[in-house]
Amino acid sequence: MELSEEQIHRYSRHIILREVGGKGQKKLLSAKVLIVGAGGLGCPVGYYLAAAGVGTLGIVDDDVVELSNLQRQIAHNTQRLGMSKAESAKQTFEALNPDVQVLPIKTRLSKDNVLELFRDYDIIVDGSDNFPTRYLVNDACVFLRKPLVSGAILRFEGQVSTILPYDGHCYRCLFESPPPPGLVPSCQEAGVLGVLPGVVGGLQATEVLKLILGQGQVLRNTLLIYNALNVSFRKVRVPRNPQCPICGEAPSITELMDYEQGYCQMG
Amino acid sequence: MSEALKVDKEIDIRGLVCPYTFVKAKLAVEELQVGQTLRVLLDWPEAAHNIPRSMAEHGQKLSVKQLDEKQWEIIIKKEVED
Repeated sequence: MELSEEQIHRYSRHIILREVGGKGQKKLLSAKVLIVGAGGLGCPVGYYLAAAGVGTLGIVDDDVVELSNLQRQIAHNTQRLGMSKAESAKQTFEALNPDVQVLPIKTRLSKDNVLELFRDYDIIVDGSDNFPTRYLVNDACVFLRKPLVSGAILRFEGQVSTILPYDGHCYRCLFESPPPPGLVPSCQEAGVLGVLPGVVGGLQATEVLKLILGQGQVLRNTLLIYNALNVSFRKVRVPRNPQCPICGEAPSITELMDYEQGYCQMG
Repeated sequence: MSEALKVDKEIDIRGLVCPYTFVKAKLAVEELQVGQTLRVLLDWPEAAHNIPRSMAEHGQKLSVKQLDEKQWEIIIKKEVED
């Protein structure tokens, strides 16, 4: 692959970086990243990965754009109310950068489609808003041994972690199973500061770029917790758990499962 | 630097300004094998300072020669893989 003159201009600030260069930019253009959710987190993640020239972005979301989304979901807009979020994200990201092919996947992930949907991608990004999806995505990434950049937000606090299956912790090493429905409030019940997913999604996009480039350290065996009110970033060490029900020494989970969708769904 | 006599690659970036001067030079260096030499011809005065500084930071060996009032020649020998 040769960079065109236009690409040399577009990505000049990347090419200048020793850690990226023309070689790294070509890696980005060849990379395939799947983003689960075109909501608060998926929008900034996709926006920055598109700007960076990540060549293929799959976006899974079966929801449509609602007015209450626009306080934080920056890839959508007022003219697109009622439009599929995956389609809206495709229009926004491809308008930003025609080098990027965005594949909208208008479906809900389930144990029956997740492996097939994930298979062709290099990295998975979780920007989902509910526990059943979060666990399903983790389990599928463990089974496929695919890197997963996980993010979550609530009120003024966000979390980011990078899961490299069998080479670091997974989500179940940290929390074996989802909390019972109703125990943890959703954003819909508890609210979220609109800019918070911008910070957390920006961190997730950074993790993805470093994974593609093979540069720096990622949040392996680590949970990063950001608090917007007191401006703190706290890194919590999360070692691999030998008793983990999915990636431990004697796993009890050997096939995918769908948890009850009794959890509140936030857009 | 006597290597100026046998260069492996040449680029003429006269007419280009910063940062594209460095961008072009860097892309050309990436294509060289370690030990090979690149000759860069340029006419943007700032780049005559900036390219050598940045290339040296990246670990490459180089020499600069002012050819006339408005033209410079930079010879870069690739010392390290980038």
